[in-house]
Amino acid sequence: MDFADTPDEAAFRAEVAAFLKANARPLAGGSGEGPVDDSHVARARAWQARRAEAGFAGITWPRRFGGRGGTPMQQVIYAQEEAKYDVPAHVFEIGLGMCIPTLMAYAPPEVSARYVGPALRGEEIWCQLFSEPGAGSDVAGLRMRAERDCEDWVVNGQKIWTSGAHFSDFGLLLTRTDPGVPKHRGLTMFFLDMRSPGVEVRRIRQISGTSNFNEVFFTDVRIPDAQRLGAPGEGWTVALTTLMHERLAIGSLPGPDFGELLELAKTMQVNGQPASRDGAVRERLADWYVQSKGLEYTRMRMLTALSRGQMPGPEASIYKAVSASKIQEIATFALDLMDSAGMVSDPQTAPMRAVFQEALLYSPAGRIAGGTDEILKNIIAERVLGLPGDIRVDREAAFNALPAS
Amino acid sequence: MNFEFSEELGAVRAQAQSFLRTHASGSARRSLEQRTGFDAALWEQVGRLGWLGAAIPEAFGGIGLGEEGLCVIAEEVGRSLAALPFASSAYLAAQAVLLFGDAGQKARLLPDLARGSAIGCFALAEGPGAPSPEAVRAVLAGGALTGRKAPVVDGGIATLAVVAVRDHDEVGLCVADLSTVGVSRDGLDTIDPSRNVAALSFDRCPAEWLPGARGWPAVMRLLDRAAVLFAFEQLGGAQASLDMARDYALQRRAFGRQIGSFQAIKHKLADVYIAIELARSNAYYGAYALQSAAGDMTEAASAARVAATHAFELASQENLQTHGGMGFTWESDCHLFYRRAKHLSLVLGAAPFWRDRLVGALEFRNAA
Ligand SMILES: Cc1cc2nc3c(=O)[nH]c(=O)nc-3n(C[C@H](O)[C@H](O)[C@H](O)COP(=O)(O)OP(=O)(O)OC[C@H]3O[C@@H](n4cnc5c(N)ncnc54)[C@H](O)[C@@H]3O)c2cc1C
Repeated sequence: MDFADTPDEAAFRAEVAAFLKANARPLAGGSGEGPVDDSHVARARAWQARRAEAGFAGITWPRRFGGRGGTPMQQVIYAQEEAKYDVPAHVFEIGLGMCIPTLMAYAPPEVSARYVGPALRGEEIWCQLFSEPGAGSDVAGLRMRAERDCEDWVVNGQKIWTSGAHFSDFGLLLTRTDPGVPKHRGLTMFFLDMRSPGVEVRRIRQISGTSNFNEVFFTDVRIPDAQRLGAPGEGWTVALTTLMHERLAIGSLPGPDFGELLELAKTMQVNGQPASRDGAVRERLADWYVQSKGLEYTRMRMLTALSRGQMPGPEASIYKAVSASKIQEIATFALDLMDSAGMVSDPQTAPMRAVFQEALLYSPAGRIAGGTDEILKNIIAERVLGLPGDIRVDREAAFNALPAS
Repeated sequence: MNFEFSEELGAVRAQAQSFLRTHASGSARRSLEQRTGFDAALWEQVGRLGWLGAAIPEAFGGIGLGEEGLCVIAEEVGRSLAALPFASSAYLAAQAVLLFGDAGQKARLLPDLARGSAIGCFALAEGPGAPSPEAVRAVLAGGALTGRKAPVVDGGIATLAVVAVRDHDEVGLCVADLSTVGVSRDGLDTIDPSRNVAALSFDRCPAEWLPGARGWPAVMRLLDRAAVLFAFEQLGGAQASLDMARDYALQRRAFGRQIGSFQAIKHKLADVYIAIELARSNAYYGAYALQSAAGDMTEAASAARVAATHAFELASQENLQTHGGMGFTWESDCHLFYRRAKHLSLVLGAAPFWRDRLVGALEFRNAA
């Protein structure tokens, strides 16, 4: 066993490190979820353009579309190195990580050629329009209607929780084109210009107070048939491609971890001594260290498989299943260590610039977005352990015969 | 990045797995029911296969697979529940001699330990309480060992013991031949009677220091290293428990469905799977630290031990639970895993001890 790069990987890492050193500032502590406002988006676009110019955007994508034609391992190396720098996040992940790969898989080459380059260079931003008020975990139960009208489709309905819709140029849209067949068989995927007439984006305020996701209303929106991805009725298969790419983005969730908690525990007092000396506190600290390291080393095992050309399977689900609730638990416990002062979220007075108070309020998102904890456990139980699927009452019935929720 | 055992060790694992599947099946149950606490026939075969000498250099009669090799075999031993003094002899006694013995002791003791003709045990505890230098009261003075050690795993069947002793203020390890005068052994009833456990009393028994093991840090160094090996054994047991639970969940029906289709069962087993994967990853890092003599051995070992203890306890508890009333019967194997999980969690410092050790090491590293 060793953790060393192969000579090729080491050379690539050095190239990446040199680029980052010359073009970005090292991270100076504190990440989390800031507001994604206009100036943040502008900085993100500029950074994406610089990356693309240097050949570090679309690392695994084919050269004919402007990608680097590199390996998944190179993608991971880039992400590892970039994580050490303060670069604007939360703008391109969904588009470049999920939407464009879906487009490349299903659109004719000339269509891909039109969209991939501008997305890579940060000129066009994409969002994912899947979830609806009545369909999140059960996204195949969505109701947004698309009806054929000559060379167009006419779309009516509502999407929700659409991250970044308010600054996106294009969207990947899952619709229902045939309500007369069972739900998985009546779906069709499109992409559309977010400025099409009839599209209305309304911000939703999150519990953290910021508004990074939206409701999107569609009223008689016309989408040319040329913007259909996959055959009519094949939308679910296309959506699975998108969701598979979500899994490949084996990133870590931002948030305070064991190290921050130990730092805090050394300065807080319990029974007249530093909290870090208290037996009960030490027990919790140890367990979170073991979890953190367990995840870090699990990632290394996945990377080993990746560098041998194997693709991560459903077992990659454990990463989010563990880390999302870990951040929430750490934040909760950290506030307990401060006792009543833990309620104060002013970064000027709260210990460690209020990282734990912030985390308390954004960490629930990690347990919901991209597959809830419960759905991830179903995936592990069914796809890794081979246990039976849940009993479904809606599998064979026509969608329009199901009770509405 | 190469965070996986080599192909060669993969072959060692496959061989160990298939051998144990054929020859160790029922080993724990026989040992439990016949109250032998030991499967002598299996021990002989295992000795012939060279496993006991996996981490012993060829010069001393071993097969020189290195520590990673021993890790792989430990996992398979754990999976099989074999009633063997494998850990006592291979992770503790042989490692102590290898690490701390002088040239003469190594040449005299290791070949027999590697072959299995000698069985080692490790005598540290003297009653309740976590490992600590203050708790060591047995005395070695002028080559004579006096004191009472209990519980000693495999103490009733071992031929030699590595014993924690003191000489005035200094604590360290010595080695004693258990067939000599001044040794008496009393079997102890335990929560896992498939394993032998005894109290060893020494009354001016001849013994000699392991010269490299003078001072408590040396004792802890041995414990750290053994903790990684135990973690692999626990990991194997945990995985076997999960496999057993999964198989039963697919086969047993209630309310007109397989019980494995109930989410309460599915999510429970998913949680067990997660605990096992986190334990596996920590154990792998432990193996890496062991083999490469990494600087963070204490953190690696403690984390591996804490994670593996949790995984095996959880997996064996939930395996029993998944089996319902059947799980509570003597006939079902659920209790064999349940007993072994708790036994292994107690053999060498329980979870609170290792958690505390882990945080202590991290504070120290942080401050340095
Ligand atoms: C911050 C954030 C960003 C998001 N961004 C996007 C985006 O950009 N695009 C997009 O399309 N969507 C996005 N989403 C939506 C997200 O995918 C859904 O919220 C998620 O899939 C859950 O769906 P839901 O909200 O409808 O909850 P529901 O599906 O109604 O779930 C409610 C509860 O029921 C549980 N539950 C549901 N089904 C089962 C089951 N079979 N077994 C056990 N329990 C079950 C869930 O686990 C949950 O606890 C985002 C969500 C968040 C929080």
